[in-house]
Amino acid sequence: MKSIKNHLSLVIALLSILFSIQIFTIVDRSVIAYKDNLATNYSLVVVSNSALSEKTIIEADERINATIELSPDDVIQRLNTGMSTKNMELLKHTLPKFYKVKLKHYPSPGEIESVTKKLLANQSVTKVENFSQSHDTIYKLLLLFKNVVSLFAVSIFVITTLLIFKELRIWEFKHSERMSIMALFGAPTWLRSAVLFRLAITDALITSAVAFGLFVYMSSSPWILKQFEDIGIHIILFDPLYDFAILAGVAIFLSILLATLIVLGHKEEV
Amino acid sequence: MDKVIIANNLSLSYSNDETIINKASFSINSGSFIFITGASGSGKSTLLKSLYGALKPKEGSLIVGGVELHGVSGSKLNFLRKHIGIVFQDYKLVKEWTIEKNIMLPLIINGYEKSITQNQVESLLKHVRLKHQAGKYPMELSGGEQQRVAMARALSHNPILILADEPTGNLDDYSSQLIWNLLEGANTQLKTTVIVVTHHIPEAMGVAYKHFHIEFGSIHEVN
Ligand SMILES: Nc1ncnc2c1ncn2[C@@H]1O[C@H](COP(=O)(O)OP(=O)(O)O)[C@@H](O)[C@H]1O
Ligand SMILES: [Mg+2]
Repeated sequence: MKSIKNHLSLVIALLSILFSIQIFTIVDRSVIAYKDNLATNYSLVVVSNSALSEKTIIEADERINATIELSPDDVIQRLNTGMSTKNMELLKHTLPKFYKVKLKHYPSPGEIESVTKKLLANQSVTKVENFSQSHDTIYKLLLLFKNVVSLFAVSIFVITTLLIFKELRIWEFKHSERMSIMALFGAPTWLRSAVLFRLAITDALITSAVAFGLFVYMSSSPWILKQFEDIGIHIILFDPLYDFAILAGVAIFLSILLATLIVLGHKEEV
Repeated sequence: MDKVIIANNLSLSYSNDETIINKASFSINSGSFIFITGASGSGKSTLLKSLYGALKPKEGSLIVGGVELHGVSGSKLNFLRKHIGIVFQDYKLVKEWTIEKNIMLPLIINGYEKSITQNQVESLLKHVRLKHQAGKYPMELSGGEQQRVAMARALSHNPILILADEPTGNLDDYSSQLIWNLLEGANTQLKTTVIVVTHHIPEAMGVAYKHFHIEFGSIHEVN
């Protein structure tokens, strides 16, 4: 009972930190995945008097990823009000060419403007439809989302710092007496602080193990998987190698830092 | 004869600058048995603190076991303390350790072998009549029992110097006699220098001793 209580406070503090880090990682991955989603769905339409080669369009701006010519058949079909086939063919030739242009990544409004300008630089291009109105709204939403997440990250950082400092006070109080007594019998610093470091590393390992179990469970939970399925985002929620290495590293680093601060700050009382 | 302690014009004070010990000069022979008396608040504990380097000399010099304590710290101070056994007035037992582990502390610090440590702790537990309490924690013991644990710890590593601050202050006559016997034993058999702060010098001491009295910041020998 006593030993469990000894470990609990730091384990909980560390666990909440690891939890926040992983949540932030998941949110960050979701934003990136969502941006990719948007990028695949977003395209501009170029209207040109004469046929343009794929190369010409792609080379207009380095952000352009691919282009396909839109068949005029659809348009003509709608105009088809009993025209003869011959007239239809004629019309097909006089109609401007339409090209759908895809970008490599989801652009900012400024980037859209610059890509539009570059495309219009071509003499035969008469119009570029960039759907900037609706793009603007989505882009601003995304920015808002990112800002909220950044704010979230900052608050985690603040809470983490407070938690760690609170833990520091508790540890100082708990361990300073023993360290003083050991010093009075001539124990060198490493021996005085050995218990502290052993405890710190043990707690970090316990925390990492609990976090591992928690996130493996979470990332295989059908309910959580469904939530991501529903918004059409496919990301890795918890990478048992890469993510775990980061979490374990953070836990060990913080607990050793804590122990070091206490050892360095320890003063012998008279 | 070898001097284990040499004080020259030694002055002691805490951070508030009030002089507790004022320019005291004395020396203590190796292997001697010393009693220190004085009114409450006269500076007996303060003097002991200076002897194990917790309170640095304000002025003058203080040499203990060949180490000048003026401004000493780090490994040099640790080296000295490894060879001193202290019984603190407030015991200073480690709360989260068992009685057994508390007594072991100096042996661990001095790097004794496990088997030697085990034997030594067992024999000491027997001597201070705490054999059945070995696995208990300090808080589960009476004041007198804690004091005997502190005594056992101070003796465990066969130090060259024992500093005991009112080691019988909380004990009945029977337990007090136990403590005096242990201190006398260490002094006669191991030639350990023993310095004891006390209010009552026992009537029947089995060893020759010296008696210092502290009054108004000065230390003088009583004959
Ligand atoms: N840590 C301390 N800080 C400041 N003053 C102290 C401290 N410890 C003791 N004193 C003062 O030093 C004087 C001597 O105390 P002490 O050596 O404990 O006396 P005693 O002879 O009863 O052992 C007392 O006036 C006491 O108030
Ligand atoms: Mg005292």
